[in-house]
Amino acid sequence: MKTTVQKEPTRNVEREVADFVAPVVNIFEVKDGYVLEAEMPGVNKDGLEITLEGNEITITGHRNRETPEGEAIFRERHAADYRRVFELDPAVDTARISAKVNQGVLTLTLPKSEQVKPRKIAVLD
Amino acid sequence: MNLIRWQTPTVTQWPTFDRLSDLRDEIDRLFEAPLAGLLRTQNLLSGWTPAIDVFEGKDAFTVKAELPGMKKEDIDVSLHDGMLSISGERKAESKHEDAEVYRSERYVGRFQRTVALPAPVAADKVNAQYKDGVLTIALPKTEEAKPKHIDVSVN
Repeated sequence: MKTTVQKEPTRNVEREVADFVAPVVNIFEVKDGYVLEAEMPGVNKDGLEITLEGNEITITGHRNRETPEGEAIFRERHAADYRRVFELDPAVDTARISAKVNQGVLTLTLPKSEQVKPRKIAVLD
Repeated sequence: MNLIRWQTPTVTQWPTFDRLSDLRDEIDRLFEAPLAGLLRTQNLLSGWTPAIDVFEGKDAFTVKAELPGMKKEDIDVSLHDGMLSISGERKAESKHEDAEVYRSERYVGRFQRTVALPAPVAADKVNAQYKDGVLTIALPKTEEAKPKHIDVSVN
């Protein structure tokens, strides 16, 4: 008897598991939209990457990796970059999202589109 | 009062801490928001413990602390008997008072960290800088503490 053992070609797929840490966030809903604050110490304007795909927003923060001279004798700070994905309320007007970063805190302003904003309707007599 | 864990500056890594936070990330992903706050062991035990790195160079120590979103005036750095103390307070911002809070993971309140420096430093030459939410303190060593090179002459 002839047995041919056909081996599945083992796919050497190296999963790209980039090491990220999730920044801590505060999210508020204000009258005309949402405000998201994310803590990313060590990230400045140039290290920030915000991408919008469908109704998912991804914030990525690349750390400024300058190591001081000498040998590390104590280490607690994470070396990995920051990343976190959020699902947006469909009411958010994605064209008007704005972002700023100040002392390692990213503030995203996510305004609601005009149609869904609460509107006062005047009663006529 | 805030009790600060004493840490020998010679310890380079805290492996358990990493593993713990990995586990936390894992659990966070499973349960998402509601339990995440409770599982933040760091916050449970001692409030806000900003992460610190200490580097020893030939002539100076460099200490880096992660303090995102602070005001320069609210950070206090002091040096006493070879112990470097970083303390301060982050105040709650009142601008979103009437807003509905969806997530509140950022820590608000006081913190203090103390690091024992393994060699004496020149207190009058210490320099601190706050940029991108990271406080960098440069502490030059005293002349006596710097490594000295002695030439040996052989006859």
